[in-house]
Amino acid sequence: MLKVNKINKHFGGVQAICDCTLEVEKGTITGLIGPNGAGKTTLFNVITGFYKPGSGQIHFNDEDITGLQPYQIFRRGLFRTFQITREYKEMSVLENLLLIPKGQVGERLWNVWFKAKTIAEQEQENLDKAQEILEFLEMKSKKDMPAKHLPGGEKKLLELGRMMMVDLDMVLLDEPGAGIPPILQNKVLDYIKKMSRERGLTLFVVEHDMNVIMNLCDPIIVMTDGSVLTQGSPEEVRSDKRVIQAYLGQNPSEHHT
Amino acid sequence: MISYFVSFLIIGSIYAIAALALNLQWGFTGLMNFGIGAFYMLGAYTSAILTSGPTTEHIGGFGLPVVAGFIGAALVSGGVAFLIGFPALRLRGGTFAIALLAIHETLLLVVRNESWLTNGVWGIRGIPRPFFEVVNPKHYGYIYLIIVGGLLLLIYLAIAKAVRSPWGRILRGIGEDEDLTSMSGKNCWSYKMQSFIFGSMIMGIAGAAYVHYTGFVSPQVFNPLMSTFIVWLMVMVGGTGNNRGVIAGAFLVWAIWVGSDFLTDFVPAAVATRIGFIRMLFVGIILGITVLTRPQGILSGEKRN
Repeated sequence: MLKVNKINKHFGGVQAICDCTLEVEKGTITGLIGPNGAGKTTLFNVITGFYKPGSGQIHFNDEDITGLQPYQIFRRGLFRTFQITREYKEMSVLENLLLIPKGQVGERLWNVWFKAKTIAEQEQENLDKAQEILEFLEMKSKKDMPAKHLPGGEKKLLELGRMMMVDLDMVLLDEPGAGIPPILQNKVLDYIKKMSRERGLTLFVVEHDMNVIMNLCDPIIVMTDGSVLTQGSPEEVRSDKRVIQAYLGQNPSEHHT
Repeated sequence: MISYFVSFLIIGSIYAIAALALNLQWGFTGLMNFGIGAFYMLGAYTSAILTSGPTTEHIGGFGLPVVAGFIGAALVSGGVAFLIGFPALRLRGGTFAIALLAIHETLLLVVRNESWLTNGVWGIRGIPRPFFEVVNPKHYGYIYLIIVGGLLLLIYLAIAKAVRSPWGRILRGIGEDEDLTSMSGKNCWSYKMQSFIFGSMIMGIAGAAYVHYTGFVSPQVFNPLMSTFIVWLMVMVGGTGNNRGVIAGAFLVWAIWVGSDFLTDFVPAAVATRIGFIRMLFVGIILGITVLTRPQGILSGEKRN
């Protein structure tokens, strides 16, 4: 479904991603782990068109999406959330969700004045959907609050809510569990699993919480220093010595060998 | 006195139209347009050339009806905005502002010097005033106030509807976080262009409204202070992002501006000759007070609309 082929990306002299090649299979929940600075978030930024890669190609659904604009990539059914949450601070929680659906009639200026009725109907549909999502996320009482006043965990939930507003083929989640209370975290993870199982949604998840990763993801890809170290099932990755080394630093006895 | 007040309301309404347009671009979309005067001027000259009577001094004398002048003003301003937008919209924030300021100065030089087109510094005379023949010239102000007031209302309603729609929601999204909006599947460049063109067309209409009131146009009116910065003041005092607020801001700033003329009677002669500087001081004080006490503008507390 998603093929990353020999991607390079550097910022000045720092090589953030180095010859990174990986593949995410359709219908899987693929995990992406690695120590801080391994290039996970940069890779997400390159895949979603936020950064242009220095070299290499990215294919999504057998289409070359390298160098496309972020909005073009979104329209092909690829969505992402952010490690550090981003939301429209001044807009209400509800408006944050209403902005998302694709191809709204009222997105064209001319229609605003001359197709008011169609727009009102569509808005109502989207509004119902958004309310439903907020109910699921237990945030309904906050729907009219400016998003900037939400606590951190709920901003994270709002990002997931945005994801739920549209039909997607694939979602890149950057630390979806961080900052969410454990009970709600389980609920959200259950939802992600359900989306994967029932709708065949493909997920690519960066997460630092190993419990989340081991329970949710299969396979797991491990990145260090901007390229893929290894990949495999949770058991394989857990028992791989190189992975442990990458996280804890090099074994002193093997130094200089 | 009453005709003075009517004249105040007419010019105030024209400024309010320009302020609404800037509010669309800056208040909602985050486009720092410091070239309002350029589009105002384009609208003014386009309408003047299209509607004025035959002349040998410059191009024009088409003698078209005033409505055609207004439409032409909107189209030319919008068209130029489209052309400028291609390079300029690649710039963000302050650099966009400086580019637009430079474009205004460049166009001002063209208008001053290309006398075959604009009659240079002498300006264009004999611009028709709608319904001027049918009423007593003494009461003409009322007629024009109704026209301009209706235009202001129409433009306010059109913009208010647009910014409340999904279209306006995307503009606000771009104003807040362009990257996030792009990653939400919206073609930000296209929306910035639409906002820029639509706003500039309205600025052009404001320019046309001005020349059909005065019947005369010359380059002096379009210095950056009177055509760009004063509109920015109106928007900031009225409340960025608040349409009703910027209309109120336009009338308040304009009231202070013309009101300072009355002061000349009460101050020593040495000061009276410098009243132009004193009015800038007043306006500066008002801006300072607003920013310090009501940073959301004089009509703050209202929901954005």
